[in-house]
Amino acid sequence: MQTPAQKAIQHRSTANESKIQLLKQMMKNNMRSYGMVIALVLIMLLFQILTGGILLRPLNITNLILQNSYILVLAIGMMLVIITGHIDLSVGSVAAFVGALAGILMVQHHVPMFVTVLISLLLGALIGAWQGFWVAYAKIPAFIVTLAGMLLFRGFTMIILEGQSIAPFPKSFQNISSGFLPDLFHGQNLHIFTLVIGLIASILFIGSEIRKRNNQKQYGFTISPAAVFGAKLIVIVAIIIAFSYVLATYEGIPTILIILAMLIIAYSFVANKTVIGRHIYAIGGNEKAAQLSGIKTKRVTFWVFVNMGVLAALSGLIFAARLNAATPKAGNLFELDAIAACFIGGASAYGGVGTISGAIIGGLVMGVINNGMSLLGLGIDWQQAIKGLVLLVAVAFDIYNKNKAA
Amino acid sequence: MSEFILEMRGITKEFPGVKALDNVNLKVREGEIHALCGENGAGKSTLMKVLSGVYPYGTYSGEILFKGEVCKFKNIKQSEELGIVIIHQELALIPYLSIAENIFLGNERAKKGIINWNETIVKTKELLQKVGLDESPHTLVGNLGVGKQQLVEIAKALSKEVKLLILDEPTAALNEDDSENLLNLLLEFKKQGMSAIIISHKLNEISKVADSITILRDGKTIETLDMKRDNVTEDRIIRGMVGRDLTNRYPVRNPKIGDVIFEVKDWNVYHPLHSERKVIDNVSIYIRKGEIVGIAGLMGAGRTELAMSVFGKSYGRKISGKVFKNGSEIDVSDVSKAIANGIAYVSEDRKGNGLILMEDIRKNITLSRLGKIAKKFVVDENKEIIEAERFRDQLKIKTPSVFQKTEALSGGNQQKVVLSKWIFAEPDILILDEPTRGIDVGAKYEIYTIIHQLAEEGKAILMISSELPEILGMCDRIYVMSEGRITGEVNRDEATQEKLMKLMTKTTVRRVV
Repeated sequence: MQTPAQKAIQHRSTANESKIQLLKQMMKNNMRSYGMVIALVLIMLLFQILTGGILLRPLNITNLILQNSYILVLAIGMMLVIITGHIDLSVGSVAAFVGALAGILMVQHHVPMFVTVLISLLLGALIGAWQGFWVAYAKIPAFIVTLAGMLLFRGFTMIILEGQSIAPFPKSFQNISSGFLPDLFHGQNLHIFTLVIGLIASILFIGSEIRKRNNQKQYGFTISPAAVFGAKLIVIVAIIIAFSYVLATYEGIPTILIILAMLIIAYSFVANKTVIGRHIYAIGGNEKAAQLSGIKTKRVTFWVFVNMGVLAALSGLIFAARLNAATPKAGNLFELDAIAACFIGGASAYGGVGTISGAIIGGLVMGVINNGMSLLGLGIDWQQAIKGLVLLVAVAFDIYNKNKAA
Repeated sequence: MSEFILEMRGITKEFPGVKALDNVNLKVREGEIHALCGENGAGKSTLMKVLSGVYPYGTYSGEILFKGEVCKFKNIKQSEELGIVIIHQELALIPYLSIAENIFLGNERAKKGIINWNETIVKTKELLQKVGLDESPHTLVGNLGVGKQQLVEIAKALSKEVKLLILDEPTAALNEDDSENLLNLLLEFKKQGMSAIIISHKLNEISKVADSITILRDGKTIETLDMKRDNVTEDRIIRGMVGRDLTNRYPVRNPKIGDVIFEVKDWNVYHPLHSERKVIDNVSIYIRKGEIVGIAGLMGAGRTELAMSVFGKSYGRKISGKVFKNGSEIDVSDVSKAIANGIAYVSEDRKGNGLILMEDIRKNITLSRLGKIAKKFVVDENKEIIEAERFRDQLKIKTPSVFQKTEALSGGNQQKVVLSKWIFAEPDILILDEPTRGIDVGAKYEIYTIIHQLAEEGKAILMISSELPEILGMCDRIYVMSEGRITGEVNRDEATQEKLMKLMTKTTVRRVV
């Protein structure tokens, strides 16, 4: 008797031809995500040259992270919403509303920061549940539910703020988005702790990649040649080290980067590796088939919106902390930036397709363009127009690629 | 003038990596009905796309002669101008437009962009009369049944002064009555001098209407037969299609039938939209271990509705009745409970309800029971690949890898993926709704073999099929449904097509429509 694994090996080895096809298929599949990474690198190089080297200076890299953190947080949640085949237009207003509430609690009523954050996230969850109910159970199109939400929560924001801004927040709260990790090693010109973290991250990364590879070997799957594998490891480790070095020459790792990294890792894991992640993709791919496979489609959709609400609240807190004020205008047009990030990052408007890393890359493309144009002194008018074109070109490029593949 | 209205000579069409058509020849006589047969993937549809200009001149080699003249179509419009009209397998009508609007879509009766509605309506009425459809031109197409929609498609073709009508699987979605109607209509048009090419998997239909037949296999012309002169039988056609004798279209099996495992009692279901309409009326059925039970019935008899309402109440409202497994009542109030209780339902709509087309084979197979390969909500992808490979082996799914997206598979292979998915869920009762619809003869035989194996393992199979020979060839016992009721229960040895048909058309109360 042969075990299935042995059979699988036989399968592969007898069909060398299909292996090549498989490789081609893999390249084709990866082309989309790598295509955007390459585009991001090119855009960065372009602005690096245009700005005479300012873009990649440690100070500016740190700024880039701080400036885009709240959009990236939104983009993570938005990606899941878009994968299920929906959309959320209300996230900017929700972020503003939660920021306003946090301002009232902390500045006017001196509620401790920890309690405020908890209440804020809870409020986000409640808002998400409200919208999730209408979308999942009442079957009202998400576009309409969240368009209503956009107006509703913007209105609430103005009502509770009475049209005024609230400031300043306590220092501890501001640190969420402008603080840095302390240097435990007290480096002089260099933030040594940052380098240590970069090193640890590299080691963890190498370890997990090797474990994954060994696991696949054990099952008898085809694995990439050792040279390719090694090259990939070296490139990524080099990027991690270089990145942490750049940060170390300024103030070190921003607190917000730690939060972001944890979110990205956690959500990528959920999307790729868990049962619930599979269910989310399945619903977006074919809701009817998902339902007939025993997936509780309504419940999953509901929770995706609750999750979006929580992340919108977090985004609102980060933005309020960064601005050091709760204002009625906060979060204006955030939803569009987050949605654009997802589509630039390879999401499909029909649902079922998209990755968390795609959303992040899409967000960074937008962020770098924003930042680069600001450095060049382009006005907000031109920035807006160019961002619009970038969105269109990115998605057109994506669709062109897809058609070519088909 | 030659006797052939159409000659396609030495047509070769290549896609990257595949030769879809290899030196294919097709000759259609003026005024005949010419059948085009072949397994799925044999190149029938590709050939018709070459003919109609979907693949423009230059992307293939070979030549096309229509009425003796060389044609170089750049698009569909040019072929339609000459009177070559194709009706695709998937209907291309717009449900929210009226019959008249659909018929003249893209071909509007208009002057300077302003539509002459009176002329449109008059012309539509004429066309509807020709195809024998008694409906107002203003009726929305979405309100018509599939059979009538097919007639609208034909009326639309007629509006274009068609000389050569091409029908791709025209009866695939039709019940026997509507199919009969459609075929008679074709014969009627033939009398009036129209030529037609018909692509069909239903060999009995081909025997009925075709004058000659061209068989394709693996992108090559195998033979062209004259139905009368060559005395063509269904078995003869099958031999040409699969390249071997299929002495028995249904595999042999010695049923080992055990005790009753599954029972549905006093089942009543109402229509989801029209809550006063009873769709399933007091149905009680049972299945034994290792038994293959068929449900025969015409379209609209309530077979799919029965299956789906039992499977986690996926259809209908105000559902009443009880479901038993091994003698004790089970809860089937939602799909996940039905699955947990060992029920699986393979939908008749493979693409719409069965598969996630944009996902790969592996993810489709494990979807209905991800828990089996997950540890604490984390999917073990390596295990998943092993499982998928196992099914690919066992069910002979033809694919370069289990990472292939299911949309790229042929119908037969897609169906094998759906079957894999439900076998993976380890059910005790499998409900198969039209398991071989739109699948070629070779793959059908493989699917039958799989069904037999499942029965052999002691699973209970409930099989819904619109093809009576299939029901007769596969089932140990047959329930017949009509108008939501069970009108008969027939054992294998007593069953004949005539007997079933009589029960299928048995009506107790005349419904006012």
